[in-house]
Amino acid sequence: MDFEKLRHGTELIKRGFASMQKGGVIMDVTTPEQARIAEEAGAVAVMALQAVPADIRKEGGVARMADPEIVQQIIDTVTIPVMAKARIGHFVEAEIMEALGVDMVDESEVLTPADPFYHIDKTQFTVPFVCGARNLGEALRRINEGAAMIRTKGEAGTGDVSQAVKHMKQIQGEIRALAGKTKEELIMVAREIEAPIELVMETAKMQRLIVVNFAAGGIATPADAALMMRLGADGVFVGSGIFKAENPEKMAKAIVEAVNNYDNPAKLAEISKGIGAGMKGISTDMIPIEEALQERGW
Amino acid sequence: MVFFMKIGVIAIQGAVSEHVDALKRALTEKGVEAEVVAIKHKGIVPECSGIVIPGGESTTLCRLLAREGIAEEIKEAAARGIPILGTCAGLIVLAKEGDEQVAKTSQELLGIMDTKVNRNAFGRQRDSFEAELEVDILDSPFTGVFIRAPGIVSCGPGVRVLSRLEDMIIAAEQGNVLALAFHPELTDDLRIHQYFLDKILNC
Repeated sequence: MDFEKLRHGTELIKRGFASMQKGGVIMDVTTPEQARIAEEAGAVAVMALQAVPADIRKEGGVARMADPEIVQQIIDTVTIPVMAKARIGHFVEAEIMEALGVDMVDESEVLTPADPFYHIDKTQFTVPFVCGARNLGEALRRINEGAAMIRTKGEAGTGDVSQAVKHMKQIQGEIRALAGKTKEELIMVAREIEAPIELVMETAKMQRLIVVNFAAGGIATPADAALMMRLGADGVFVGSGIFKAENPEKMAKAIVEAVNNYDNPAKLAEISKGIGAGMKGISTDMIPIEEALQERGW
Repeated sequence: MVFFMKIGVIAIQGAVSEHVDALKRALTEKGVEAEVVAIKHKGIVPECSGIVIPGGESTTLCRLLAREGIAEEIKEAAARGIPILGTCAGLIVLAKEGDEQVAKTSQELLGIMDTKVNRNAFGRQRDSFEAELEVDILDSPFTGVFIRAPGIVSCGPGVRVLSRLEDMIIAAEQGNVLALAFHPELTDDLRIHQYFLDKILNC
């Protein structure tokens, strides 16, 4: 076998990685100990970061990529994939994460954007990217830039699932509205939502995003996770919801089981018993628009 | 008599819909009628004439297969001679023995195949690749999609090696059980799914 002939970082390999995460829970962790708890609970991957979104929100200031030292320790601790965040447009942070061996980079609005106009050209990387989106136009622009996975933006660090629900329904509603449209009508839609026509047409035909679509932002309980799965998410990201809960071990395990049993209310009732209180959280109505993380990215 | 059979795809997590689609297309091409079901809970495996364990995260799969009580059912089905196809994480789940990476997470392997596996034999995601493979059961190369792929390091005498990449075994068969380190469900090439269907039909 000729190793020269191995093809790395192709679209198939990047999107294939995202497919392997389907039906799973990806958990935010800030230490190797938390990463071990997440793996033990059955997480499909961990997201290594400096502080969970709830703390980023509280502390303010500029939020950057995580300390490479911590990311490295987390990579060395678990066998499941490790993801890490880079600032919007900050391709050097993304390159650093790739060099460390991170399996997927999250170009994330939870961190302070580094470029007011452009997202990272993700086609230039070997590792796949996940990006946030609130509507179909945003999702298709990210896919066009090379994102292998989309996560619908909720409002991270709040424990309030309402924004994740809103944006999941928004994207799905927009996709449903494409059904039955003629080619010229689809071209018009592409112009309106500022997305490439080829991607609009492919989405119309498939009646779903052409990459895996997870839910994220504000998911704090097993019921929240099951709700997002019922709404059609391929899986969920849980940020502050686990390690800001009263009992992270129990909450982590319960959320994993809830995602596997999302269509079984009796089982969800069992799963939700005796797991301690969820994170306290903050209602998104209380957040002024200029402090909303979801407004970042375009 | 109406010929009716059920093929199950373990749907705990991972590339489930891809396998369901591939099996349905392979069945249509063969002109065989069968129901393809996604299995999340116990009670369905015993009704199936064939089982697919898809790719995903093996650590997660093993944990939930045990928690949901499906692990035992798969072992029983294997013992009854029901054909089983495991891809990527599925290859790990089927194995008898893992490396230190597998041991670290204390995941319970099913031990259906007499194989020893290396969880991430081909490295992290940045090392993942596509390659044209020679597979013993096929007469021309097959595009193998390897994603944080495992490999079989060694196997017992009852295991037939179907393909190797350097010193790793990447496809193997032991009687009714077929294991692949790569993902045929991510390509449009249905030949391996066809081969698996033949195993079921000749069973």
